[in-house]
Amino acid sequence: MLKISNLQAKIGDKEILKGLNLEVKAGEVHAIMGPNGAGKSTLASVLAGRETYEVTGGSVEFDGKDLLELAPEERAAEGVFLAFQYPVEIPGVSTTNFLKTAVNEIRKYRGEEAMDAVQFLKMFKEKMKIVNIDQSLLNRALNEGFSGGEKKRNEIFQMAVLNPKLAILDETDSGLDIDALRIVAEGVNKLKSPDNATIVITHYQRLLDFIVPDFVHVLYKGRIVKSGTKDLALELEERGYDWIKEELGETV
Amino acid sequence: MNNTDLKTQLIADFKTAEGRMNGEAKSAVHQIRQQALERFDKLGFPTIRHEEWKYSNVKNLVNQAFEFNAVTNFSAEDLAEMPIPNLEGNILYFINGIYNAELSTIVSPDSELQIMTFAEAAKNHADLVEQYFNKYTDYQDNAFTALNTAFAQNGVFVHVPDNKVVEQPIIIRFINDARTLNVASQPRNLIVVGKRSEVQIAEAFRTIGDNASFTNAVTEFVVAEEANVHYYKVQNESDKAYHVGTTSVLQAGKSVFTANTVTANGGFVRNNLNIKIDGEYAEANMFGLYIPNGKQHVDNHTAVDHAKPNSNSNELYKGILKGKSTGVFNGKIFVREDAQKTNAFQSCKNVLLSEDASMNTKPQLEIWADDVKCSHGTTTGQLNDDALFYMQARGISKDTARALLTLAFAQDVIDKFEITSIKEYLQELITEKIYQD
Repeated sequence: MLKISNLQAKIGDKEILKGLNLEVKAGEVHAIMGPNGAGKSTLASVLAGRETYEVTGGSVEFDGKDLLELAPEERAAEGVFLAFQYPVEIPGVSTTNFLKTAVNEIRKYRGEEAMDAVQFLKMFKEKMKIVNIDQSLLNRALNEGFSGGEKKRNEIFQMAVLNPKLAILDETDSGLDIDALRIVAEGVNKLKSPDNATIVITHYQRLLDFIVPDFVHVLYKGRIVKSGTKDLALELEERGYDWIKEELGETV
Repeated sequence: MNNTDLKTQLIADFKTAEGRMNGEAKSAVHQIRQQALERFDKLGFPTIRHEEWKYSNVKNLVNQAFEFNAVTNFSAEDLAEMPIPNLEGNILYFINGIYNAELSTIVSPDSELQIMTFAEAAKNHADLVEQYFNKYTDYQDNAFTALNTAFAQNGVFVHVPDNKVVEQPIIIRFINDARTLNVASQPRNLIVVGKRSEVQIAEAFRTIGDNASFTNAVTEFVVAEEANVHYYKVQNESDKAYHVGTTSVLQAGKSVFTANTVTANGGFVRNNLNIKIDGEYAEANMFGLYIPNGKQHVDNHTAVDHAKPNSNSNELYKGILKGKSTGVFNGKIFVREDAQKTNAFQSCKNVLLSEDASMNTKPQLEIWADDVKCSHGTTTGQLNDDALFYMQARGISKDTARALLTLAFAQDVIDKFEITSIKEYLQELITEKIYQD
């Protein structure tokens, strides 16, 4: 589904991704871990198409298409979803209105007919159950004044509505207490299918107790330096990152 | 002072009109007109050397010829082409400044309000008109106001007696029909609202046709104790329309006056809103929205004068500027020595959607009292890039995302409209304009 080869990206003059390789197949859950500043969020932003990052080399293939050639909205329409680490507050636009617009723009891109109000309502009701989100939250201005937990739950609700092929969760666990974390993770698990894939970017192992990954990768200095199973995450939790640096021949 | 074509024409027109008058020439109202004409003659049209007109150049306006109050064959069919859907209430039509009784409807009973043309009021209710006409509007420093006063004839006179809640709004549509020639009109409205009464009044300006249009409007409000007045000004004129308008308000104690001024379209627009709070525990609200594009120019000058203690004023103007458009906001707050415990808040926020658009803002606070709370803030910026990317990442195209954010920015001013038909009309006008390239 996703094939990242030798990806290099910079912001300003600062190189952040320095030849990153990753392959994700349908039905898989990949966790990307790594110390601060390794390039985890940069990877998420580059995949979603954020213009502040300049891709200087490598390629990203998504379902046979050159992802880097597409505008952010085209990537979303192709089925890429980024759950933001810091969801943006948008005063004056309700979540409902925002998502109606998004769904119909995506349907237009795919050559499908627009959904009418009744269809929307029915679909919304179904998706609301998945993430246990309240109607009153959806009527409010998008993310405005939402608590950390509400924002993250809203991200997963948006993911449920847009039903992406590839979901990238960027530090979705940050700022969540354990109950909120469980609700968010349950939502993600319910949305899992053999046809879609998930990349979980996280700093801590605890999210992976709830969203169990098939593969765990360590991102360090802009490259994936180690891959393994979920046991790798446990080992990182226990031992930190220094042993990886040592393996790489760095003096700690 | 430069003598322009338009000025010469107007002074000649005044003499002609005066020559046709019978007894009215001796009336108190006409004496005010004469004084105003003299003042206009002396002032001449302002140039950009005038501090109040620094960013608003009327050169192109005053070098053109206009037919004032031109007779037109504007019909109900023409009106059907420019509907405000679901319009209900007292609806008055002025075409090129002339009242059109056939199109107009007055539904409120006489006991709630008296409504008539200014000309009729000057003739039949001279006592009422003399009592209130031009009592607060100051034409000494404003040539356009002086000019309007000199020609005060067309427009409406509204009188709401004490203790009346007027159920139906008053909606006055001013349509300039520029299909065959350059036309001009000078509406003069006087609205007197009695103690403890409530009324909603909307003025909607519109032009049709490809020739130039010039509107020089003055509306005066006299708001008695504990009265509550909502005033809406909606401008949807052509790119060749010049609009200079002054609204002057005199508020008594415990009254509430709320003005919403929305400029959806217009070539050159200058709105003056002057409120004098001449009583305690009164409240003045001023809201505005302007969305010029192309080469349009919109200038809002507001002034609130706190003359008595314990009153509040609250102001929010928002601008969305596209193309090579230009905007001006000048907000004056005066707090007189006696006006202790005044709260006055002013805010002007602007979004520039193109590199060529520009906005000049100038808050001007003059405070002589020492125990007051006053604040002001102006911002001019672009749409939030993070918000744009967030929306794009959900599949919304950049253009749609920009339009949604822009509309959201404007929404709180639109939401303050309480006349449903006018609010829906505006919502559509503004949405359409925002989605335009």
